[in-house]
Amino acid sequence: MSTVQPSPLLSLSNVGRDFDVSRPWLNRIIERAPRQLLRAVDSVSFDVRKGETFALVGESGCGKSTLARLIVGLYAPSRGSIRFDGVEISNPAARVETTRMRRRMQMIFQDPFASLNPRWRVRDIVAEPIRVLGLAADEAEVVARVAELLKQVGLAPEDGEKYPHEFSGGQRQRISIARALSGRPEFLVCDEPTSALDVSVQAQILNLMSELQTRLGLTYLFISHNLAVVSHVADRVGVMYLGRLVEIADAQDLFAQPKHPYSRMLLDAVPDLEMSGRQRTPVAGEVPNPLSPPSGCAFHPRCPHANDRCKIESPKLIWHGDAASACHAVEENRI
Amino acid sequence: MILEVVDLKIEFRTRHGTLVAVDGITFSIAPGEVLGVVGESGAGKSLTGTAIIGLLEPPGCIAAGEIRLEGERIDNLPYEAMRRIRGRRIGAIFQDPLTSLNPLYTIGAQLVETIRTHLDIGAAEARERALALLREVGIPAPEDRIDHYPHQFSGGMRQRVVIALALCAEPRLIIADEPTTALDVSIQAQIIQLLKKLARERGAAVMLITHDMGVIAETADRVAVMYAGRIAEIGPVREVIRAARHPYTAGLMGSIPKIRAATQTRRGPLVQIDGTMPRLNAIPPGCAFHPRCARCFERCLTERPEPRPVGANLTACWLYEHGAA
Repeated sequence: MSTVQPSPLLSLSNVGRDFDVSRPWLNRIIERAPRQLLRAVDSVSFDVRKGETFALVGESGCGKSTLARLIVGLYAPSRGSIRFDGVEISNPAARVETTRMRRRMQMIFQDPFASLNPRWRVRDIVAEPIRVLGLAADEAEVVARVAELLKQVGLAPEDGEKYPHEFSGGQRQRISIARALSGRPEFLVCDEPTSALDVSVQAQILNLMSELQTRLGLTYLFISHNLAVVSHVADRVGVMYLGRLVEIADAQDLFAQPKHPYSRMLLDAVPDLEMSGRQRTPVAGEVPNPLSPPSGCAFHPRCPHANDRCKIESPKLIWHGDAASACHAVEENRI
Repeated sequence: MILEVVDLKIEFRTRHGTLVAVDGITFSIAPGEVLGVVGESGAGKSLTGTAIIGLLEPPGCIAAGEIRLEGERIDNLPYEAMRRIRGRRIGAIFQDPLTSLNPLYTIGAQLVETIRTHLDIGAAEARERALALLREVGIPAPEDRIDHYPHQFSGGMRQRVVIALALCAEPRLIIADEPTTALDVSIQAQIIQLLKKLARERGAAVMLITHDMGVIAETADRVAVMYAGRIAEIGPVREVIRAARHPYTAGLMGSIPKIRAATQTRRGPLVQIDGTMPRLNAIPPGCAFHPRCARCFERCLTERPEPRPVGANLTACWLYEHGAA
């Protein structure tokens, strides 16, 4: 899909984020309840290379959306560092640098009904980043740029006069994309961009995103729970489970030969549209409560290959060439 | 046949005129059979299900056609008579398990209440039955879990409880409206297997409404594809998925991303059906799909095609007027 260069555009190292979900102070005093922290993201490290589509997959509650918000700066990380084009952007002390870097990234949200202001006309929604970032010299340039952006995402320039409610879900997602592109970003974080859409509309949006990537040389971080969509768009994939990355691999390798038992289970659970009648291992159990994650490897209660070591020791993400997995069984060549 | 729907038409009569949401659909479901109903949002699939359970709310109403349950007409029954059928002979499973359960009662209380409403048995026996049902839908340690409240269950477990509730009175027909949409893939696979097993074992008819073709491929025996309130194509699931005749079904199948085969490296663009489904107040004349259809010709603009046999399917498309596939 795109030319992959070695220099990473985005680089995360040991990023973690905790949320304080303790009871109110008075309850804690009276009930002698301790503080309670929810570890939403825990020691996550990966790179996103220029021009590629890196996808994060996982079930609800695995921390993939929290990670997206950490990257664009909607949350501050509790631990670790996030570097964009070599510059640390998670450090609140370096505000000026951070702001300059953040201009180069934008985000597309899941729900096209909630992410557009219903009281604004589409032209104002799309023009907002241009005005805020001061990218146009005068009003005429803003108007011209908005018209160009709307055309780029397959809408008519006249649509700018309308309000969001006059559009269908797919068209609204096109507006979100136009808004994200209006600041001329290099890097787009897309959090479940098509999961609120019907399949035929999803196909239109995925095709549009891939066309824009080729034309504008964009880099995507694509977050989704839908493995088929990820398999279609991604160059590389990271699989998350309970706040940690359990496997990173080229999309092609991951879908052909998943290594981590959780990736295997996820792939096995995808409904078989080809109706090949393949045998599948029944999926066992559910995602544990993130407030009291299991000891050792978080996946061990559901894992068919777990042994005593998995119950005690949390596996680290170990790289072999271009792929990595966090599993004792893979490391010991047991599976 | 357990369920027969003949020429069903559902209208919304509003001040601004009458909107036809479901326009003359005909299908039937046999014992032990799972009929999948697919379509995009607004195609009228949920509305059809709602009409069958008799929960259509004004201004929506059945304007024409018949719904028969085991030969008996149920579309014109008074409210009380329908209330006795609902739950007893038709079970319903909805998308969000949390809204189908009362948060203030234990799941045991809700199961026992439902069982005793429909069957003439004592409280102790009803509790035994509730336990058996919970075991059947795969809830571990039902003796402990039966006295828990809905919020103490996870999403997948809650959906199992809802399925147990729907099965309380051994209904002949189960209407499942997007039963796995709110669930994660790994849980979705478990629920699909469960629904399929229950239909087979109990000889009940299942109408599975979903927008997810993958779920249909795994579960259904036959599938009906709906578009703008009409059935575009209906037939055995293999035929519809592998050899769709109707241009809409073919486009829909092509637009679904598939997990890449090991040998396939480059991804071409997905098949794209341009445009969107028409709104109810602007359904085009002739074939409702013609403005988006690449193979449309003159006749499609004016005359509405009826479903006719093409191979093993019934297809509503003028391309197959003479039955040629």
